[in-house]
Amino acid sequence: MSANPLEVAKVTMRFGGLKALSDFNLTMRPGELVGLIGPNGAGKTTAFNAITGVYTPSEGDVVVSGERVNGLKPHDICVKGIARTFQNIRLFKQLTALDNVRIACHAGATSGFFDSVFLTARHRQQEAHILQRAEEYLAVMGLTHRRNEISRNLPYGEQRRLEIARALATGPKVLCLDEPAAGMNAAEKIELLALIRSIRDRFGIAILVIEHDMRVVMGVSERMLVLDHGVTIAQGKPEEIRRNPKVIEAYLGDAYLEEKHITVPVESAP
Amino acid sequence: MSSARAVFRSILPFLIGAPILAALQPVMPPDYTLILVAVGVNVVLAVSLNVVNGFTGQFSLGHAGFMAVGAYTAAKITLALSGVQFGFLPVGLSNQLVFAIALVAAMATAAIAGILVGMPSLRLRGDYLAIVTLGFGEIIRSIIENMKFLGQATGLSGLPARTNLVWVGMSAIATVVMARRLAVSTQGRALFAIREDEVAAEAMGVDTTGYKVRAFVISAAYAGLAGALISHAIFLATPRMFTFIRSIEVVVMVVLGGLGSITGSVVSAIVLTISLELLREFQAYRMVVYAILLIALMLTRPQGIFGTRELWDLPFFRRLIRDRAVAAAGPAGASPVQVRDDSSGPKGVA
Repeated sequence: MSANPLEVAKVTMRFGGLKALSDFNLTMRPGELVGLIGPNGAGKTTAFNAITGVYTPSEGDVVVSGERVNGLKPHDICVKGIARTFQNIRLFKQLTALDNVRIACHAGATSGFFDSVFLTARHRQQEAHILQRAEEYLAVMGLTHRRNEISRNLPYGEQRRLEIARALATGPKVLCLDEPAAGMNAAEKIELLALIRSIRDRFGIAILVIEHDMRVVMGVSERMLVLDHGVTIAQGKPEEIRRNPKVIEAYLGDAYLEEKHITVPVESAP
Repeated sequence: MSSARAVFRSILPFLIGAPILAALQPVMPPDYTLILVAVGVNVVLAVSLNVVNGFTGQFSLGHAGFMAVGAYTAAKITLALSGVQFGFLPVGLSNQLVFAIALVAAMATAAIAGILVGMPSLRLRGDYLAIVTLGFGEIIRSIIENMKFLGQATGLSGLPARTNLVWVGMSAIATVVMARRLAVSTQGRALFAIREDEVAAEAMGVDTTGYKVRAFVISAAYAGLAGALISHAIFLATPRMFTFIRSIEVVVMVVLGGLGSITGSVVSAIVLTISLELLREFQAYRMVVYAILLIALMLTRPQGIFGTRELWDLPFFRRLIRDRAVAAAGPAGASPVQVRDDSSGPKGVA
């Protein structure tokens, strides 16, 4: 039994005849920042869904802190210490920023329905504790001033940050971010990267980032995994990935060529 | 806050309500009493259904079925114990005690029915859930209609007159207090999360199925209470009192008031019940009036009269609460935007 917060061993996801993910292996050590990249439809989000319990893996094991979790419901896996954000933001739109985070603090709440209705001491302690924690996470993500705003009305970047605050509030050992920088401009992306690093340093949790933007993920992660058509084609340090011919072919290829077209169109023309 | 104070605060609404209701009861003419009973019962029904349809966002159409379970349970108990007197108590008090037992039993059996119906059906969503709950409501009714033990289609008559303003008023208060305290608790927020986004709620550690069933059971228990109250006000429990039309009436109240708004449910339960009494001569047009009301509302204000807001969210009350919070916390401590959370704000200092 390992003490690693997350071990994914030989996970395969099949949908009918389609193998969306095959033989996926991933070990997250405490405090590690890992990037998961790949072209569209490579199986990145499928991998996330298999880890967080949205799907039950067809084969293989997901082990959280030495405990096998495949087949458990997402809420159980969340309580065990895996939190996530969504590619297309999924906030509780009509609720305030504070309530969004407070809901996530619910994981592991011990007070029950009767405590709430009869306002028992346990209920009051719990609520005070939840409020205090929620305020902390809002402060960490720089959202204190938005505390009482309906989350739907927040600017896009702040919605992304609120989603991270909400995921953090579940008290995870591993935080899974699904394209956190999607739709952001360059300045916002840089800011977000710094934020992701500071979260890791502050909370000492492992972070797994899916990202489309190569520069973002190369800049932030210590280790990377590259998926293509559900197969892990490479893993290693960002520099190694950058030089890996398979990766260039599968994923960087397009981007590189595009870049070349822009920067040196004359050179490449005969 | 000392624990004695906490207990006091937790039962305060009842301490205020009881003497007022007790004072009102003897002076109220019988026809008005019956109308007020109907109002109170509808408040219990609408607010409790709001916990499922409004808070949790699950569309249930089976409320009348749970009313029936409660009504028949209580009726059976009061009928069986009608001659029984607890020796150590005077007759009146003994009868009230029996009724209290009957009400609790009504809530318990309705809650059990809620579990039985909720467990299989709450895997479904939206329209499917509505259809299934409607079906279950009708199943409960037709089971009753075919049981000799429960008087079949003629039902149980000659129930003792036990429902009075105090019982109904206290039940209405209990329902509103339950809903309100639920709404500002971590359990209530879990329900809201399910309404807003089930996938995200699940990912944030909310046991969505568990909470849906819980909301459903709580709601069913209060529907059972309402059924017990109304049957002991008209001395009768028949299957015809609990058709799906009754469920729809309650849904109309909830939707009209605003899904998720306790104030909305209370207001529309009061207004609709009283206006129906005033329109008694035009009884035949009742459902037409309902339909027209709903169509007009959906066209002009689809979120209902109150939306998801409460009385205490309205500008006037917000100002009131803020002033109180500022006065309590001192000018430096209170932030002006901190009003929405009236439960946690003044609570700390109360």
